[in-house]
Amino acid sequence: MTQPHDYDSIPGTYVYDAERGRIGYPLNMFCMSLNKAENRKAFKENEAAYLDRFPLTAEQRRTVLERDWLGMLKVGGNIYYTIKIAFCDGLTFQDVAGMMSGVPKETYAKMMLAGGRTPDGNRYKDTDAAAEDE
Amino acid sequence: MAKIVAGIACSHVPAIGVAMDKGQTTTAYWDPLFKGYQPAREWLAKLAPDVAIIVYNDHANAFSLDIIPTFLIGVADRFPIADEGFGPRPVPAVQGHPELAWHLAESLILDEFDMTIANEMPVDHGLTVPLSVTCGQPAAWPFKVIPICVNVVQYPPPTGARCFKLGQAIAKAIETFPGELRVVIYGTGGMSHQLQGERAGLINRQFDTAFLDNLTKDPLSLTRISHTEYMREAGSEGVEMVMWHVMRGALGEHASEVYRHYHVPASNTAAGLMILDNRSAS
Repeated sequence: MTQPHDYDSIPGTYVYDAERGRIGYPLNMFCMSLNKAENRKAFKENEAAYLDRFPLTAEQRRTVLERDWLGMLKVGGNIYYTIKIAFCDGLTFQDVAGMMSGVPKETYAKMMLAGGRTPDGNRYKDTDAAAEDE
Repeated sequence: MAKIVAGIACSHVPAIGVAMDKGQTTTAYWDPLFKGYQPAREWLAKLAPDVAIIVYNDHANAFSLDIIPTFLIGVADRFPIADEGFGPRPVPAVQGHPELAWHLAESLILDEFDMTIANEMPVDHGLTVPLSVTCGQPAAWPFKVIPICVNVVQYPPPTGARCFKLGQAIAKAIETFPGELRVVIYGTGGMSHQLQGERAGLINRQFDTAFLDNLTKDPLSLTRISHTEYMREAGSEGVEMVMWHVMRGALGEHASEVYRHYHVPASNTAAGLMILDNRSAS
């Protein structure tokens, strides 16, 4: 059963709560394994075979193999864990943040240099609530 | 008796550590951030504390999701540097203070804070970046360190109010330690940032400024900020600021601000630093 949360109204945000924790556990534990150099090597050599060691769902597997960073969050990935795949690929937090928010790396970097994404208009999902967003 | 002489609030962005480790601190991107750290380093070097209690969160390094301690204290005499997925940071290992750490663990548990006790654990950027920020790049860290970990990765983290009370209990425990020790306490993480989802990159300078102001003006009002308010206003990872309340709760009511530095961006994050003098604050 999915209970509503007051944070569900925050747009573009995937709170790593009990529900995501339940479905995301195997995916995140695979990511955790990449803290070891020998596992990073094995993963890079044959990603699909390495993933066989973990009981991921087909969709979780797909998001990893396709580096669908946003998709990983939707199937229970936690950013502190999924970022370890990015580190394996030689990417930075900022590279992945840009990809998740759907803009080119340069555009994202420019936004951050200009002070970051403003909270104005980004506090609530629906427009009615956004009217209170000042 | 031991005494808490200062509190330090400090963001712990991994990229700040990388910039130091790769010698990039004077580039156009990083220079304004690192220039602002220098006065804090000088102040802390002059203060020369014996021990630092560093309140931070582990980021899937010492712990994963198999066991998730809400509050944990490290009692080892040495903490190695974690491999976070790209090799350990080239910084000195952290020396603990087992005697004071065990005293804290006992005192806190009997004071109804049910701490998990760690005899062995690596420490990640959550702890080492604030050390680098405030101490620079010495061959060995200039003081002993007691790590206190707070879960902020699996929702829900402990509330800000609970964190503040933990700080108060830490202060009480320090006062009953028989050794003559001068202790600083770090609250780390924050400030506003969001690392995930389509809303990644959120920064709220107004929220952060008010938060920094209220650390001295009205710290109790800050303890009433809900997790949802942190996430909505300061980004999903902005909720890390609950850890600052542990630090603030450990200081006297009249702790005074001696230094502040705030800079956007450090990678995806608003980096904040504040030093609070606790020497005449009771």
